[in-house]
Amino acid sequence: MSKRDRFKSVPMPKQPPHERIRNFNEVALGYTEEQALMEAERCLQCAEPQCVKGCPVEIDIPAFIKLLREGKFREAIMKIKEKNSLPAVCGRVCPQEDQCQKDCVLGKKGDPVQIGRLERFLADWEREHGVELPEKKPYTGKRVAVIGSGPAGLTLAGDLAKLGHEVVVFEALHEPGGVLMYGIPEFRLPKSIVQAEIEYIKKLGITIKTDTLIGRLYTIPELLNEEGFDAVFIGTGAGPPIFMGIPGENLSGIYSANEFLIRVNLMRSYLFPKWDTPIKVGDKVAVIGAGNVAMDAARCSLRLGAKEVHIVYRRSRAEMPARKEEIENAEEEGVLFDILTLPVAYYGDEKGWVRKIECIKMQLSEPDETGRRRPVPIPGSNFMMDIDTVIVAIGRRPNPLIQQTTPGLKVNEDGTIVVDENMRTSIEGVYAGGDIVTGEATVISAMGAGRKAAKSIHEYLMKRKK
Amino acid sequence: MYKIIEKRELAPGIKLIKVLAPEIAKKAKAGQFVILRVDKTGERIPLTLADWDQKEGTITLVFLEVGVSTKKLGRLNKDDVILNLLGPLGNPTEVKDYGSVCVVGGGVGIAAAYPIARALKEAGNKIVSIIGARSANLLIFEDEMKEYSDEIYISTDDGTKGYKGFVSDLLKDLLVKGYKFDMVYAVGPALMMRAVADVTRPYKIKTIVSLNPIMVDGMGMCGACRVIVGGKTRFTCVDGPEFDAHEVDFTELVRRQRAFIEEEKKALEIFERGELL
Repeated sequence: MSKRDRFKSVPMPKQPPHERIRNFNEVALGYTEEQALMEAERCLQCAEPQCVKGCPVEIDIPAFIKLLREGKFREAIMKIKEKNSLPAVCGRVCPQEDQCQKDCVLGKKGDPVQIGRLERFLADWEREHGVELPEKKPYTGKRVAVIGSGPAGLTLAGDLAKLGHEVVVFEALHEPGGVLMYGIPEFRLPKSIVQAEIEYIKKLGITIKTDTLIGRLYTIPELLNEEGFDAVFIGTGAGPPIFMGIPGENLSGIYSANEFLIRVNLMRSYLFPKWDTPIKVGDKVAVIGAGNVAMDAARCSLRLGAKEVHIVYRRSRAEMPARKEEIENAEEEGVLFDILTLPVAYYGDEKGWVRKIECIKMQLSEPDETGRRRPVPIPGSNFMMDIDTVIVAIGRRPNPLIQQTTPGLKVNEDGTIVVDENMRTSIEGVYAGGDIVTGEATVISAMGAGRKAAKSIHEYLMKRKK
Repeated sequence: MYKIIEKRELAPGIKLIKVLAPEIAKKAKAGQFVILRVDKTGERIPLTLADWDQKEGTITLVFLEVGVSTKKLGRLNKDDVILNLLGPLGNPTEVKDYGSVCVVGGGVGIAAAYPIARALKEAGNKIVSIIGARSANLLIFEDEMKEYSDEIYISTDDGTKGYKGFVSDLLKDLLVKGYKFDMVYAVGPALMMRAVADVTRPYKIKTIVSLNPIMVDGMGMCGACRVIVGGKTRFTCVDGPEFDAHEVDFTELVRRQRAFIEEEKKALEIFERGELL
């Protein structure tokens, strides 16, 4: 071990591309114990750790790595769980390269410590060796309603349950987990792992009510005034998909990424007809957009039998919002990248199924308000692409249902909910966090918001008489 | 888990189930729908509420067995359970006193039109109902509709009961005879609703239809149910399900309803052979 180059990280085994594009099994296979120990050995145990500052939930990273390399896996995972109730999820889908690993001292000369992979190793180890529950504070008699069982809601629910409050989580879909279940594909985040993490949070004493759409079945005022809740947290996440509004966009064969991924992940369409929900993917697929969701959709398409999958993106490679790792995975699997390309219209056959996209080439001009160079069309550069499936992955708006059915709830112009620095909304006792506040962001930032709101709700409840 | 406490066959292939769902029954309003899943591998099926009873804590659903999902649902009996049930969904019918309203129901859509007719009647409207089916033995909810109708007209495609022809033809006859309606409500197959819209357009009668596109989540997340209304893309599940019939692009609606027809056919063949059980 001493011979190892300290600046090189231990690579994580992956399913080879030619094999994995034929199955939905997890691509990254995780460290073995030996590999985890070897990687943990690289950590410098800095006196002023930069990694912790990069973590939205402030996990004591050097401490858990130290425990790991001493072979104290149980203690190490409990150290993580002081701050993070979903480590198996975060170890897989957090953008560590932009967070904890970004300012790792080793990263200045070589590879940063692979914190995410170590977190994943410990979470998986614990799942195999039995989960231990942390201590719970005595029951406070306070009841909290949580709307949405995605990363924000689950984190908050776990935190508040540990503090002794009664927590009921309302989920509109038939399975809890939010985007972890319906959005992120099996090959990147196995559903059995999400379910195991949810089981853990349930064991902390929370109730999850699925098939319950707040805003229709109960409104927030009803939860507070009739159903006996002392506080409400809104963690409803991102909602309706954005379409470009170009001609032909409602042809059959054009899916929003949301529809496509809900069919594949939540409804298990890849097992059709054994599972009842169908999906249809042609030979040539175009995915519009280049975020993580676009990469997920592209890689699902390959696994569903597409022969050629294109990412169609109006900016250049440097501006792609997806994680580098996901772009590389997609590329390894054979996804093609049509950059500086913008769809302008779709054309269908006599049955109304999409057959062609008309695109225009773009060039980059001066930076826009996001700091990225603005793409502008090159006049006369229009061209046609033969395609028989399109997945539009250009983002989502906040779901408006809660806002529409909650009088007095302050909402921003873009539909997101207004909160103060303590995640309080304009209504007393009502808090919000995650994508419904920030617009589309990451799993971990939603968890960070959930943690912060939990703290704030706890203070509110304990101060409140009754 | 939601228990079925009553099941009846209303006509060949058309079944009624009454399901224990007190929370939904308490909140249900005319024009709304639910989404259900029969079992773990099931599809999410949207169904318009045909009735509900707050005291009993039940909702009533009527469905036509067309594919694997509805056939699976049809095989359930009294005391069996449905795994998932979500609702009420969609915007309720705008119920007020319009004056004279014609409620048109076609096929299994009559059951969905029934709560609308009832709510409008109770709001003081004069209700003229037109209900129709392919054939007399497929006509459902006649007595229910009669109860809330001032006048009721029946049509069958083959003439085995009432007027021979489509409900839209019958509506046209009434209009030609001088009937005046302040509003027309139509619920049924897309092509029937389009025909009704075409009949009322020249008379400039405000016409509302309840659309039935493919849906997945039913709460505005996926966009599978998008339709063009007045030149704009709307989501049926959250913006509807009721829209101004004269603004709806029915051609596109029908086309999108058929998007998975080959897959559905294939699945049904396998199901009928008993291989999926």
